[in-house]
Amino acid sequence: MKDTNCFKYLLGFSVVAAGTVGADDSLADGQITFVSQGGAYQEAQTIAILDPVAEALGITINQESAPDAWPMIRTQGTTGQAVWDVVDTPPLNCVRGGNQGLIEELDFSQIPNAESMPEEYKTPYSVAYEFYSSVLAYNPDAFDGNPPQSWEDFWNVEEFPGNRALRNHPLGTLEAALMADGVAREELYPLDVDRAFEKLEEIKPHITTWWTSGGQSAQLLYDGEVDMLMIWNGRVSAIINEGANAEFTYNDGVLQNTHLCIIEGAPNLETAVEFINAAIDPEYQANLPLHIDYGPGNPAAFDTGKIPDDRARELPSFPENAERQVLMSYEWWASSAGEEAERRWLDFMQR
Amino acid sequence: MKATVVHDHFPPASNRDASLGYRRREHALMLLLMSPAVLVVFVLLLIPLGWLIGQSFYADGFTLEHYQRILTERIYWNTFWVTFRISFIVTLLALLMGYPIAYATSILPRRWSMLVLALVILPFWTSVLVRAYAWLILLQRSGVVNESLMGIGLIDAPLALVHNELGTIIATVHILLPFMVLPLYATMQKIPKDLIQAGASLGGSPLHVFTRVFFPLSLSGVLAGMTLVFVLCLGFYITPELVGGGRTVMASMLVSRNIQLYSDWGAASAVSVVLLICVLIIFYVVSRLVPLEKILGAK
Repeated sequence: MKDTNCFKYLLGFSVVAAGTVGADDSLADGQITFVSQGGAYQEAQTIAILDPVAEALGITINQESAPDAWPMIRTQGTTGQAVWDVVDTPPLNCVRGGNQGLIEELDFSQIPNAESMPEEYKTPYSVAYEFYSSVLAYNPDAFDGNPPQSWEDFWNVEEFPGNRALRNHPLGTLEAALMADGVAREELYPLDVDRAFEKLEEIKPHITTWWTSGGQSAQLLYDGEVDMLMIWNGRVSAIINEGANAEFTYNDGVLQNTHLCIIEGAPNLETAVEFINAAIDPEYQANLPLHIDYGPGNPAAFDTGKIPDDRARELPSFPENAERQVLMSYEWWASSAGEEAERRWLDFMQR
Repeated sequence: MKATVVHDHFPPASNRDASLGYRRREHALMLLLMSPAVLVVFVLLLIPLGWLIGQSFYADGFTLEHYQRILTERIYWNTFWVTFRISFIVTLLALLMGYPIAYATSILPRRWSMLVLALVILPFWTSVLVRAYAWLILLQRSGVVNESLMGIGLIDAPLALVHNELGTIIATVHILLPFMVLPLYATMQKIPKDLIQAGASLGGSPLHVFTRVFFPLSLSGVLAGMTLVFVLCLGFYITPELVGGGRTVMASMLVSRNIQLYSDWGAASAVSVVLLICVLIIFYVVSRLVPLEKILGAK
């Protein structure tokens, strides 16, 4: 323990005590601790990617889950007591963490599978793992053959009356507000935060619910509590499959992804890099959409022939779908302007 | 009953010296018996609490920035204002609903009063989370309440009963009602029935007897119930988070937002400490009026 600071010492101690992997494993080869977000998503990737990769590399993958990894990344990074190796988390955490010295910079020469991936799917600290999208979904019965198809429609309360819901979070919501205000998708970043909040004020009285969890957003649409809302594509597909009266459009969707990144000072750094390279292998990546409604992080997966064409067309990162969406710029959200915008959110909610 | 208790603790003066030694031994034994509980409180409550307070002054060294932020930024004032307002409304509603329940229970035959109390306590066995969802289902646009009101023609369009402060208040009152009823019942049960009869025999109307005799005697229970409900409500998290529709931000939600937003335990700790101080002040003020052990149900 290099740091003599009392708080950090205690904090580090608690992390080590809480982790399932003890410090004495730190030199062991052939295993990593991998952290994702739990639930059906983690189960799906275990079958699709983690198990096959573990077998191919001959390593053990110890899994943990943390719906919000950032506090743990920060704790492990600042104490120098990393117990996690690879984290599957929004790239915002990777970039912000990288900027603060909490996340390892990736040596892409060791990750050949990333070479063919588009530049915007990579950051110096991370590489795209899977795609999802914040889309506009609606109850078709409420609109009589003329449902809302863009955020402009969503904001148009005269032509499209009905209850609405948005996510209680600035990410994606500010983008939608600017698109509603007529900003072209390719000109969104850097976001005009003032303009976005002004536009949000406009729709605020018409928002029934600002949802906080994915399950909640799905329930709102399923129960008919709202007529249209912003929702993650996987959530709305799930209730459509359950027979809910719902549809959605990728038009104006905010394409988001999670990335893989490595905690600074990870106990199994070499294996972790090896793991990342294998996890974004198009062959394994192509398995993911067969088990859950998320798109592969590596678009080369669409060329493997493993994903049936009609399935591919349903996925958020399918090239034709991706074209109609805006790719969220995590670089911008990780910048000080992005952090500032995030802090303004609560103020906006309470006004 | 009372006399024997007094006798035990204050034996006759003649064997005072012998009893002093006995009492010392008794104290030592009590301490020994209490030590596991004291240890648990110390390790699991006081140490983390001390750590929490320490953290609230910490950001790469000693700092007051977290408290400065609370004092200067509007959202903190707003949040605490909303939290106190909701707690106050919830407390009043719980009192208005709880008092008649407790009163009825205290005068009902024992068999019936036990049944009413069981009904009051029953919701305790259901988790707060489940109850929040139940209220969502009841109160939402296509929920039972709105559908029935529209069905009998009382309203034309569904009312916004949930996903707002109103829904938060309804669900919170439901959860906290037992904390109002139980201390009230305990107090009312101890009010001697002869006093009511005496008041009536002296010509007081039932209303007069109630307002001049019964109600004043039940005031300590009122204060105890109000304090419990108010303080518990100040720390509510799951209910406003689920049925508040995102607009209803209470202090405990600010704690979690602070961790997400500033990724910093210090900022969150500071909010907790301020909330804790509010609670301690309330308890202190109330304890000047009613002994604390009465509020907590020990007497």
